Amino acid sequence: MSEHEYVPKSKAGKWFNDRLPLLSLASHLTDYPTPKNLNYWWTFGGILTFCLLTQIITGIVLAMHYVAHADLAFASVEHIMRDVNYGWLIRYIHSNGASMFFLAVYIHIFRSLFYGSYKSPREIIWIIGLMIYLLMMAAAFMGYVLPWGQMSFWGATVITNLFSAIPLVGDSITTWLWGAYSVDNPTLTRFFSLHYLIPFLILGLVVLHIWALHIPGNNNPVGIDIKKPSKDTVPFHPYITIKDAFALLLFSIIFAGFVFFAPNVLGHSDNYIQANPMVTPAHIVPEWYLLPFYAILRSVPDKLGGVILMFGAIFILFVLPWLDTSKVRSAVFRPIYRQFFWILVLDVLVLGYVGAMPAEGIYLVLARVGTVYYFLHFIVILPVVGYLEKTEPVPLSISEPVLSGSADYSMAKKDNEKI
Amino acid sequence: MDKSEKKTTTRRDFLFTTSYTVGAVGLGAVIWPLIDQMNPDKAQKALATTEVDISQIEPGKSITVLWRGKPVFLKRRTQEEILEARSVSLNDLPHPEKDEERVKNGKDEWLVMLGVCTHLGCVPLSNKGDYKGWFCPCHGSHYDLSGRIRKGPAPKNMEIPKYEFVDANTIKIG
Repeated sequence: MSEHEYVPKSKAGKWFNDRLPLLSLASHLTDYPTPKNLNYWWTFGGILTFCLLTQIITGIVLAMHYVAHADLAFASVEHIMRDVNYGWLIRYIHSNGASMFFLAVYIHIFRSLFYGSYKSPREIIWIIGLMIYLLMMAAAFMGYVLPWGQMSFWGATVITNLFSAIPLVGDSITTWLWGAYSVDNPTLTRFFSLHYLIPFLILGLVVLHIWALHIPGNNNPVGIDIKKPSKDTVPFHPYITIKDAFALLLFSIIFAGFVFFAPNVLGHSDNYIQANPMVTPAHIVPEWYLLPFYAILRSVPDKLGGVILMFGAIFILFVLPWLDTSKVRSAVFRPIYRQFFWILVLDVLVLGYVGAMPAEGIYLVLARVGTVYYFLHFIVILPVVGYLEKTEPVPLSISEPVLSGSADYSMAKKDNEKI
Repeated sequence: MDKSEKKTTTRRDFLFTTSYTVGAVGLGAVIWPLIDQMNPDKAQKALATTEVDISQIEPGKSITVLWRGKPVFLKRRTQEEILEARSVSLNDLPHPEKDEERVKNGKDEWLVMLGVCTHLGCVPLSNKGDYKGWFCPCHGSHYDLSGRIRKGPAPKNMEIPKYEFVDANTIKIG
């Protein structure tokens, strides 16, 4: 930002900008040099911003009609669905919006894994992103509790009980989280308070995420450092804004498809039964986006061990930039890593599938194999492959592929289109 | 560190140390109420006891009552069930407890325990599972006729709450 010399044309603009350089900031954002080869996997940052704003706006509106009380919450959600003008629409956007948010964030994360966007010098962007992801999970979990249905209640019970696995102080922590001796009204009211807070924390982290991004600039499909600005870059506006807008349009069609045609397909019918502390539903499952972690939790036949592995599965991602020893960023030029990347994708999908199934028989075996492989990927495969792999030649710049116009770059391009 | 530097503890050092200390105590005193307000309040604690009439429960049957927001199982066991619970070797138990320790002396037929799985807090189903006691549907923990964990991820036996017989037909929980 500092190298950017912007002087507003109008006198009033100059007067204002000297006092608060918002116009300089706007100019930086529009002119921001962006690699010209960004593909559609790079449009999910914009899509995620849209998701966050959608959740905040619909959430503020829902809070005008929702009542955070154990006796009234369930009825107030039905009141929103039946009585409030367009209440059904706003609630369905909010509930499906959470799923769309996670869908987008998973694509965004795996994009980073494929193209090595988490590597030096972008570790801080990656870590802030993971903090956002953790807050998203907390917000989604607490939001799911608010309708006070059976899945809300028992989901809250199971998740808060995870903390009781902590030696010595576990039970005190769980009671403290509940504000009661079980999940009860005090739990609901504090979850509502925090559920309202977290999106604004996320918004703050998003600002830091983008700020940190604008220091080194975007990574790109070939994963090389580029000169900025140069013939390898285009200004963010209008080139990237229009591409992001088009991707957002396609994303919105899918989003609207869920909202209008299958609004409950991602939810669970048990949550339309009011919370009952005397009866546990026969089959408790979290929302789909938490299933892989749930599978890891259940794959361990020990309570504390399961909890440690589940949180470990997320926290291991924080040290990922230092586990990956390869100097080449993009998987386009990493023939071995590329295959392990797809195995990891498959592994996470399998974990998600078995997380939704009963923890017995073949599902338990699959969950255990999947869990072991997940950790193996990060702890063993990544560091070792980084040393042993013979990477393909990397182009010198985006405009000049290796050996000018060789087959390597066309291969790279083909790969980009494929994934 | 240089020796001459070490000696010179100045007035300023003293002021720094005392300021930090007082500041830390003050900060702690402000933060603690903000943390403690989340613990169970007086209204929650006031619900601490429940009296249950057990005169209508037939041998082999059980009832479930709510105590402090949690289900409590009151099971009147038959002689066979008691004998079966007591025939188990302690070596077979992940959390070894004699059946005698889990009931009141002389009231061996009454098993009173929190109906909460010690894994992640679901309510186990009665007369289910491999040990004829309880089975938790959430993550597959099996409990025996004494409410002791036998198989599955739960680490402990189901908890016995504090309770007493007020008279022959009434149990006070809590």
